[in-house]
Amino acid sequence: MLTFLRKRAVGSLISLIGLVVLVFFLSRLTGDPTALFLPVDATVEMREQFRALHGLNDPLLVQFGHYVRDLLHLDFGDSLRKARPAIEVVTEAFAWTLQLALITMSIVTILAIIIGALAAWRGGLFDRVASILSLIGASAPDFWVAIVGIVIFSVSLGWLPTSGTGTVWHWILPVAVLFIRPFGLIVQVVRGAMMTALSSAYVKTARAKGVRARPIIFVHALRNAMLPVITVIGDQAAALLNGAVVIETIFGFPGVGKLMIDSILQRDFNVVMAAIMVTALAIFLMNVLIDIAYALLDPRIRH
Amino acid sequence: MTEHLLQVEGLSVEFHTAAGTVKAVQNVSFHLDRGETLAILGESGSGKSVSASAIMNLIDMPPGRITSGRIRFDGQDLLALSDEQRRRINGRRIAMIFQDPLSHLNPVYPVGWQIAEAMTTHGTAGSDARAETLRLLTRVGIPEPQAALRKYPHQFSGGQRQRLMIAMALAMKPDVLIADEPTTALDVTVQAEVLSLLEELQAETGMGVLIITHDLGVVAEIADRVVVMNAGEVVETGTAAQVYANPAHPYTKKLIGAAPGKGVMHDPLPPVQPVLSVRDLRKSYGGFTALDGISFDLMPGETMAVVGESGSGKSTLARILLRLDQADGGQALWQGRDLLTMPPRELFALRRDLQMVFQDPTQSLNPRMTVFQLVSEAWVIHPDILPRPRWKARVAELLAQVGLKPEHAARYPHQFSGGQRQRIAIARALALEPKLIVCDEAVSALDVSVQAQVIDLLDRLRREMGIAFIFIAHDLPVVRDFADHVMVMQKGRVVEQGSVRQIFDAARQPYTQALLAAGLDPDPAVQAARRQARLALVLQPIGILRRNDPPSLRSP
Repeated sequence: MLTFLRKRAVGSLISLIGLVVLVFFLSRLTGDPTALFLPVDATVEMREQFRALHGLNDPLLVQFGHYVRDLLHLDFGDSLRKARPAIEVVTEAFAWTLQLALITMSIVTILAIIIGALAAWRGGLFDRVASILSLIGASAPDFWVAIVGIVIFSVSLGWLPTSGTGTVWHWILPVAVLFIRPFGLIVQVVRGAMMTALSSAYVKTARAKGVRARPIIFVHALRNAMLPVITVIGDQAAALLNGAVVIETIFGFPGVGKLMIDSILQRDFNVVMAAIMVTALAIFLMNVLIDIAYALLDPRIRH
Repeated sequence: MTEHLLQVEGLSVEFHTAAGTVKAVQNVSFHLDRGETLAILGESGSGKSVSASAIMNLIDMPPGRITSGRIRFDGQDLLALSDEQRRRINGRRIAMIFQDPLSHLNPVYPVGWQIAEAMTTHGTAGSDARAETLRLLTRVGIPEPQAALRKYPHQFSGGQRQRLMIAMALAMKPDVLIADEPTTALDVTVQAEVLSLLEELQAETGMGVLIITHDLGVVAEIADRVVVMNAGEVVETGTAAQVYANPAHPYTKKLIGAAPGKGVMHDPLPPVQPVLSVRDLRKSYGGFTALDGISFDLMPGETMAVVGESGSGKSTLARILLRLDQADGGQALWQGRDLLTMPPRELFALRRDLQMVFQDPTQSLNPRMTVFQLVSEAWVIHPDILPRPRWKARVAELLAQVGLKPEHAARYPHQFSGGQRQRIAIARALALEPKLIVCDEAVSALDVSVQAQVIDLLDRLRREMGIAFIFIAHDLPVVRDFADHVMVMQKGRVVEQGSVRQIFDAARQPYTQALLAAGLDPDPAVQAARRQARLALVLQPIGILRRNDPPSLRSP
C-alpha cells in the first residue's frame, strides 16, 4: 500500500509540475494586468511603477524562475486584487466548494445506490420509472435547471433565497441543482452493474445455497457492483471539487470555481495559480481515496 | 409404484426470446434414488442444465416458463411450493455445484465465510457454522484449512475451488447433490480426484447424485444410470453399462461413435528435413518459469501434439513461436532462419506461413465483421497474395474447403453454431496458405460430435495441403486420433516425446502414464478396470486414500 502511495505521489508530482508550467505561461497570454488594474488615464510612469513593483518587466522566464522559487517555499504570492496572500483567498473559497461537494455527493451516493440496486432487482414499473428519470437527470443542462429553480422557488414562490450564503436555506437550491446530473448518471451505472452482478454465476450459487433475497442484493451483488460505481462517483466528485463554475456563479456562491473565473478575468495570476494547485491536490487525494476504496472492496486488487 | 427420492415427471420449460419461443425442455421425466448416481448426458442445447435449474428454482421467470410437469421430492411437488419454501429446501435438502467454480464463488468474500453462509442462512449458529466449515475444508482435502478460511477464491487452484464448492454444497448434508459439469474445466488428473471425492462423500452420506455432463467418460466413471438428452427431450435411459454396450436410439449411437480415442493411430512419418527446429527455448514471467529449455523438431505435414496440464507452458510455447511474446533464450529455426531474432520486415513476410486457430471462436472472430471480411482480411494485410477481383471466388473456395457454403460469406459470426465458427477461423487461417497452423485447444470448446468433424477437417487439410500442425490440447483421446508426434509437457519442461504409438502404447515416464491413466474412457467396463490402475498411480502419491470396495462391484 505504501509503495503504491509513493508511486502515485511521484506520478502526481510530475503532472503537477507540468500543470504549473502550462498555467503560468497560458495565463500570461491573456494580457497585461496593468491595463485592468490602473485607470485608463494612468500615466506611463505610473504604469512602469506598477509593472516594476510586481516584477512584470522581467523576461517571462525570469518571472517563472521567481515564481517557482517562491513556490518551493510554499509561497504562492499575493493576490493583486485583494492585496493578501493568494493561498488564503483560495483556501477560503475552497472550503466552501468542499462543503458543497461533500454534502451533494453524500446524498447522491446514498440515494443512487439504493434506487439503482432496487431498479435492477425489481425490474418492472419501478425500474422503468427510475431509468427514465435518471436519464432525464443525467442529460438535464444544469444552468437551465438552476435558472428555472430560481424563477420558481425564489422569485414566484419566494420559499428560498435567490443567491448568496448565510442560512441553511441558501444551500438548498445549489445542492439540489448539483445533485441532479451525478444522481442520474450514478443511478444508471449502479443499475447496470447490479444487473450484471445479479445475473452472475456467484449469485446463482447463493440462490442454490438458499440465501434470502436481501443478502443476495446487498451482500453478494452490491459489493461486486460497487467497483465500476466508485469510479464514476470519483469522476463526479472531482468535477464538483473543480468548482461547479456555472452553478457557483449563478447562485453567487463564493466557491473556488467562481474565484477562478473572477481571477482569470481580473488577470490575478497568483490566485489562478494557487487555485489550480489546490484543486489539483484535492483531486489527487480524491483519486487515492478511490484507489483505497477499490482495494478494500476487492481482495483481488489487494493481493 | 414406490416413491423415489426425486422424481421429475413430464417437465417442459420454454424461454421467450426476441427470436420467438424456445422449447428448451419437453416432457422430460427421470428419477433419482438415495445413494444412486444418475447422469444426464447431452450436448450443448440439449436442455440438460435447464432440467437441473428447474429443480433448484434457478430459472429466471420471465423469460423462462415451466409449462407442464411436476418435480416430486420427498413426497411434495416442488413446483407447487412458494419461493420461500423452496429457498428452505435449496442448499439444505438439495444442493448444487457448478462448472467453472471460479465464477461461481463470490470473488470479494473469504471462502470460509461463503461456506459458513450455506449453514447460517438455514439457521445454524455462527460459531457452529465456523467449526463445521473447518471440518468440511479438512474433509475435502484443502491444505492448511485454518488459513484457507480467510483466503479468497482467486487464491486457490481450479481443483481446490471445486473442492470448496463441494464443501459448500455438502455443508447441510443434503439428500440430493446436483453437479452440473463439475469437472469440465479441470485437468484430467484433477478431474479424477474430484470425481473420486464425490464418490467417497456419496458413500459416506448416502445422498443421491445427479450429474450433468457431456462427457461419456464421466458417465462411465461415476454413473449408475444415465439419461441421454437431445434437443430438449430424453431419447434414452438405462444403466450406464447397458446404454454404452447396446445404445437403442440413433442419437446415442452417434454420440458413442463420435467419442474420440478409438481410431487407428498414425504411423510415424519417414524422417526428412524439419520445417521447424526449436532448441532450448526459455521464458519466465517474473519469478515464474513458463518454459525451461524446450527442444523439438517438426516435419512438413506433421501434426505434433503438445499435451500437458494447466501451467505446463504449452500456450506460452504457442505464443512465442508466433512472436506474440518474446522468448528469453533459445532459438526456433523456421526453414533455417531463427524466428525469434528475425527483424520485423522479414517477420512480416513470414507471418503468412504461420497461422493460429484459437480455443474460443466466439472471441477470436470479430463480431462486427462478415465472414467475407474475416477471411479476406489477410489479403488486405498481404496485398500481393491475391488481386482483389479474385477475393470473392477464393473466399467461396475456402468456405467450401472447410465444409461451409459460399453464401455464408455475407453472414456474421453470431449467426453460426460453435462448430461452424471454428470452421470460419480455420478458413481464415488457410487464406494465407500457411505451412504451419498452431491450434491452441482448437476443439476443446466444441461438442463431441462437432469435435470429430473439425478434427477430420484438420486431418484432411494436413494430408491434402501438407500443412504442419502444432496441436495444443489437454484432451488425450483427441490427440491419440489426430497426432503423429506427441510432446508431453509439465512445468515448462518436456517430460517425454515420441511417436503417437510410443506415447499411447508404451509411455516411459511416470507422469505420462499418470496422465493416460487419469483419462476417462467412454466404456464403463474399460473405465472400471482403469480405475484400479489410476488409484495406484495418481491418487496414492498425493495422499488420497484408496476406497475399500472395488469400484467394479457397483450395482447398477
